[in-house]
Amino acid sequence: MIPELGHFALILALLLAIAQSAFGLGGAARRHAGWMAAGRSAVVGQFVFTALAFAALTYAFVQKDFSVLYVATNSNSELPTFYRVAAVWGGHEGSLLLWALSLSGWSIAVTALSGSLDAPFRSRVVGILGLISIGFLLFMISTSNPFERLVPAAVDGNDLNPLLQDFALAVHPPLLYLGYVGFAVAFAFACATLIEGRLDATWARWTRPWTLAAWMFLTVGIALGSWWAYYELGWGGWWFWDPVENASFMPWLAGTALIHSLAVTEKRGLFKSWTLLLAVSAFSLSLLGTFLVRSGVLISVHAFATDPARGIFILGFLSAVIGGALLLYAWRAPALKSAAGFEITSRESFLLFNNALLVAALGLILLGTLYPLFMDALELGKISVGPPYFEVVFIVPMLPLLALLGVGMHAAWKRGLLKSKQRRLTAIAAASVASAIIVGAAVYGEVRPLTTIGFALALWVMGCSLLEVFQRLRGRQALPGAVLGMVIAHFGIGLATLGITGVQSFKIEKDVALGIGDATTIAGYDFRFAAMRDVRGPNYVGVEADVLVSRDGRAVATLKPQKRLYNSGGNPMTEAGIEVGAARDLFAALGEDLGQGRWSLRIQYKPLIRYIWLGALLIALGGGIAALDRRYRLRSEAREPAAAADAAR
Amino acid sequence: MKLQLKFLLPAVAFAALVGFFVVGLRQDPGEIRSPLIGKPAPAFSNESLGDAGWRVGSADFAGRAWLLNVWATWCAGCREEHELLLAIARENRVPMMGLNWRDDRNLALRWLEQLGNPYVSVAFDPDGRTAIDWGVYGAPETFLIGADGRVLQKRIGPLTREAWERDFVPLLPPPGGEDG
Repeated sequence: MIPELGHFALILALLLAIAQSAFGLGGAARRHAGWMAAGRSAVVGQFVFTALAFAALTYAFVQKDFSVLYVATNSNSELPTFYRVAAVWGGHEGSLLLWALSLSGWSIAVTALSGSLDAPFRSRVVGILGLISIGFLLFMISTSNPFERLVPAAVDGNDLNPLLQDFALAVHPPLLYLGYVGFAVAFAFACATLIEGRLDATWARWTRPWTLAAWMFLTVGIALGSWWAYYELGWGGWWFWDPVENASFMPWLAGTALIHSLAVTEKRGLFKSWTLLLAVSAFSLSLLGTFLVRSGVLISVHAFATDPARGIFILGFLSAVIGGALLLYAWRAPALKSAAGFEITSRESFLLFNNALLVAALGLILLGTLYPLFMDALELGKISVGPPYFEVVFIVPMLPLLALLGVGMHAAWKRGLLKSKQRRLTAIAAASVASAIIVGAAVYGEVRPLTTIGFALALWVMGCSLLEVFQRLRGRQALPGAVLGMVIAHFGIGLATLGITGVQSFKIEKDVALGIGDATTIAGYDFRFAAMRDVRGPNYVGVEADVLVSRDGRAVATLKPQKRLYNSGGNPMTEAGIEVGAARDLFAALGEDLGQGRWSLRIQYKPLIRYIWLGALLIALGGGIAALDRRYRLRSEAREPAAAADAAR
Repeated sequence: MKLQLKFLLPAVAFAALVGFFVVGLRQDPGEIRSPLIGKPAPAFSNESLGDAGWRVGSADFAGRAWLLNVWATWCAGCREEHELLLAIARENRVPMMGLNWRDDRNLALRWLEQLGNPYVSVAFDPDGRTAIDWGVYGAPETFLIGADGRVLQKRIGPLTREAWERDFVPLLPPPGGEDG
């Protein structure tokens, strides 16, 4: 009964989404206050019914209702309750429901918090969000109904993919979707602006906090995915340039470019049409990511739902939404002219470089991700593009980006760089390079060019971020949320760069075959394979090793890597044993049972790897603080724009 | 308002992308043509799954057509196609060798005991080295190798009766003539 109610709620949500877009867009076009109000009410209704559908599916999972096909496919009576809830989005149908819920959540938040916008504009935003909701709900109801019954009911379920039975991966999709879908808000603002042909830049101000919030969720989501890959896949890598990872990284890059160009558009009224294009692109890349993952167009380890019918629907939807927005752009954007000029060392030009470099990296990653598809479609043979390509095309634009970032933060709008700042920045630059060489030589005993550049840039970015705080505190200036957020996020970028440079330069990986009592040494640490025992979890059995790590005879840690076989069958799962440290991680993963008590083990030494994720969290934190800046919430003073903030610099 | 070409560029680029996607969607990943087709089959000699002291390999079928089926106990698609493999083995038109890929020897032997063994022999490839030479994307995969030692056909994913009849049977040597 409950699943049928859920299905019914989904259909009602679709009808309300139709009402939302019809009344929202129609009301705005006809300036009909009643229609516009009806559009806003429909948003609330759509959210309530989508949430009811989600609750119904969650209930079916918690109650172990294996008469629902999706529940039987993605859970099992032995699965712990936490993972039974997480299993709601463990498969294709439930992921879509989560997408739809997230979209209606953003829609209701925008509707509730945008009272200060003029009514027709607000109504258009509501209407456009409604159009996107229609697409997703229709997709779900027509091709991917999560409430489909299984007759006769299964005695027990198939179980959730064991790879997904993990805390980080249980919360990874909701965060990622909040990020993906959050870009729909910026998209809707951009489309409404284009429809109205607005020439002012106030829309940029309205869009900023929403874009920052979405970008924050996406950042945390990506970081969690990377962290999970590190400890769960057993290879000890933290980024694989897999198409699906790229699918989440490309919207992130576009979003990063967008939050920067929005700043220029808001403060100086420049880059108007470019910013609109970025807002359209960020969400388009999110949809593209969904398409790539869900359709099987690109074969990847993540492609767990490959179904051409679904692919065709998403492609049609994608063409309508993105194609429509881009045509709207082609029609309206030429009217948006930016007249103001600026100095070469002004903040505007640094942000222009920022955008150019981010978009270059984005374009090259997009090319690499889709290249196999192009070659295949042109029948030029089947190829795959690997990490070496992506590393080069990503690092090359990132190095100048980081170098310019430090200066850009301290540049003033419109004018050139102040002399006093130039002196301080030169000092930070010199100190960064010197420290990078010293750190390389003293700590790691080696000075390599790329490593030194990486360390120097990391220290430079962190130093420049701190300088901003230091100067403001000393000058007793205010530290508004937007500035504090920027500084924290940039510091996080520096920290992540430090981690990436450290681990990529000095990591040590060793695959060894060890019997009980054998030992091996890397980076001065002795790893002794001390014991092996059987372990049993709620829904798996496995083996666990004790790997004693010592240094110069002193015990450092006991790593407990596991190999699990889930009762539902499938691949054996690797659980790495990791000793976390500020300076390094020590990592051991069990490989194959070689017989006679011998096992292959993967032993790794990962210097500074923690700072990659810590940096990512700071980046997200900075985004969150900036999104909550009081300035965005002062509605009555919405016309007090850049002047005050400008004066504050 | 007049259209300006440069503002139309994003829409045009996107349209081109959609074109590629349409083509990409039409392609069945099961029909990827392997670069191996028409080339000499990569030679290998591995431990036999059942007997670590015995070596089996591509040389065992020199001068005859044979099938190579890549499988593993952890692979759901392998279970799916197993009935068909048994049926093909019963037809006895072409010998089939198994390549047990990245698997556990005991589990693999138990699998054959429980589900039946369609293979003339099974090469054990625990670290996947042989599979790399053969360009294996994932299990299961099935190759047909001709009497001249060249790869004639390849199937990615579970073999189906339809695919077998359509893609493999026409390439088999005529019944009774396989010694020639």
